[in-house]
Amino acid sequence: MPDQNGASNGARELTYAEALREGLRQIMAQDERVFLIGEDVGVYGGAFGVSAGLRDEFGGERVIDTPISEAGIAGACIGSALTGMRPVGEIQFMDFITISMEQLVLQAAKIRFMFGGKATVPMVLRTPAGSGTGAAAQHSESLENWFVHVPGLKVVMPSSPYDAKGLLLSAIQDDNPVIFVEHKLLYRTKGNVPEEMYTIPLSQANVVRKGEHLTVVATSIMVRRALEAADILAQEGIEIEIIDPRTLMPLDEKPIIESVKKTGKAMVVHEAVKTGGYGGEIVSRIVESEAFGYLEAPVRRLAGLDIPIPYNRTLEVNTVPQVQSIVDEARKLVNGQY
Amino acid sequence: MQPVAVDELQKRGISTEYALELLTKMMQIRAFEEKAEELFALGRVHGTMHLSIGQEASAVGLSSALDSRDYLLNTHRGHGHCLAWYGSSPDLMMAEFMGKEAGYCRGRGGSMHIANVDTNNLGANGIVGGGLPISVGVGLTIKLRKTDQVAVAVFGDGGANTGAFHESVNMASIWKLPVIYFCENNQYAMSMAFQRAFNIEHISDRAVGYGIKGITVDGNDLLQVHDAAVEAVARARAGEGPTLIESVTYRWKGHSKSDKQAYRTRDEVKEWQEKDPIRRFSAFLGMSDAERDDMQAKARQRIEEAVTFSENSPEPDVAHIMEGVYA
Ligand SMILES: Cc1ncc(C[n+]2csc(CCOP(=O)(O)OP(=O)(O)O)c2C)c(N)n1
Ligand SMILES: [Mg+2]
Repeated sequence: MPDQNGASNGARELTYAEALREGLRQIMAQDERVFLIGEDVGVYGGAFGVSAGLRDEFGGERVIDTPISEAGIAGACIGSALTGMRPVGEIQFMDFITISMEQLVLQAAKIRFMFGGKATVPMVLRTPAGSGTGAAAQHSESLENWFVHVPGLKVVMPSSPYDAKGLLLSAIQDDNPVIFVEHKLLYRTKGNVPEEMYTIPLSQANVVRKGEHLTVVATSIMVRRALEAADILAQEGIEIEIIDPRTLMPLDEKPIIESVKKTGKAMVVHEAVKTGGYGGEIVSRIVESEAFGYLEAPVRRLAGLDIPIPYNRTLEVNTVPQVQSIVDEARKLVNGQY
Repeated sequence: MQPVAVDELQKRGISTEYALELLTKMMQIRAFEEKAEELFALGRVHGTMHLSIGQEASAVGLSSALDSRDYLLNTHRGHGHCLAWYGSSPDLMMAEFMGKEAGYCRGRGGSMHIANVDTNNLGANGIVGGGLPISVGVGLTIKLRKTDQVAVAVFGDGGANTGAFHESVNMASIWKLPVIYFCENNQYAMSMAFQRAFNIEHISDRAVGYGIKGITVDGNDLLQVHDAAVEAVARARAGEGPTLIESVTYRWKGHSKSDKQAYRTRDEVKEWQEKDPIRRFSAFLGMSDAERDDMQAKARQRIEEAVTFSENSPEPDVAHIMEGVYA
């Protein structure tokens, strides 16, 4: 398997969207059970262009445009998955997944358990989350933690093109329903991606950058922002260790706990609203573990404000963590200001 | 004015002045949309927007049958309906579009959420079908308070395929609520053509399934829309329940800011541009091209003033970012 920098043969630069598309194309060519279904995934290529060209390649029967029916999309995925297919659904914006909730939470998540383990629902529901596009309160949600709270669902959140492709291929091959949360601002970001089909196991956290002074657990776009912050902090002699859980549920907590034992300080960064967000789970895992005794400072959460995403550009930027706010928070933690 | 026009307007109790007012509204909507597109292209606004150019008669025809006591539930493609609504200000709309504190929603909502609660404009909606269940509640208020108000819920052809549509229209029907379901069938829901998303000829055919009256009208003909709306309003005020109006029209522009429009042809767009609702109504009124262009220029001027107003109004202050979440 190639390493994370795509160092093996065949790696080249792709955007996050292209990496996802390549993964979809490869698995569709290989596995006839896989099909795409969602609003405008066909000729339009998906609202963010992820499935561009796939309808030409695989036809309208396997790249299915739906009416505006999010409960229907989720249900179509569940029903076909239950009967032998491997559907990949798309919910155009994560906000609209609220309309799919019954099917996902009460059906997809529970069918296997309620049926005594005798059924599987191997589906993936891809959806873009996040703010930063000026699309305001109903098109900017980050709702991943809602699904973390539902046993039976897996929640995956890739932060780089390399992870996007490898995690998507794993998710499609996984026998459980997977909520696959992408980020609008990541679609055009670039990184090395091997051409070959490769998988990144679900529930395997990634130490993105090594450091001695502070453990920073970040998800999705906040991994990128944390990496930028790390460069700035490094100039001041502060080395942060960045860990990306990649799969939020089920979580691979060990690398986080080991890291905190080493650094003695931790913070979590995510875009979603702070209260009731995933950061609370990470903090709990740390303080419940043997890492507790190693802590030298309070564990901090840097997250979205407890407000809907505002339209105005300046307000929007100030609603969620940015590179500078990560730098400031990390500096304060490391310098013992908490 | 042409004699036929005089007749047709008189029949409906529409004065010449009011007819010109309606035309002015259509022209202001067009000018607003053109300006919105320009500001976006110049990078002076961010986010997205859904332009209603080509659909002006639909918005103005509908509002012309309603008055200031009535309620509006609007869609994402809502600039037109908002401008056509009673007591609406192009200045405050433009300020909201530009994200300013003076805007209808203090710059918090933007294009997709423009509301003016003071005038019963209960807002545009970022969620397709999002206003439909709410319309049931508004209808209930009216019914319980025994007023003679009417609520109108605007949605697109795409909105008619949401689960919310089914639940809402049925509830409004069984309780005979004074709600008008106004479906703007502009032939596409984003890239999804009407023919691919429906197995029926007219969306109004669905009315039968809910036991209500349904009608399809030429949405580019202001008076046809007006007539259907007047009838639906009378039915609602008389306690006879909801009506489903399908207003057949076409959006000239892409779905939103970034749409390559691979799902339709240029010829199709051109064909519909021939049915320009503004040219149709001005020709019907017997206006010359020069008179029409002069009026359109004035409408553009009014929108320029709205831009100036917006540019001079302050940005929201970050210090107040936490405001407005809870009452
Ligand atoms: C529940 C929901 N699903 C998807 C979307 C994304 N979306 C916004 S507008 C639109 C098409 C709407 O079509 P239609 O109802 O016909 O209105 P039009 O845009 O044509 O005016 C889509 C898919 C949304 N806003 N809400
Ligand atoms: Mg439409």
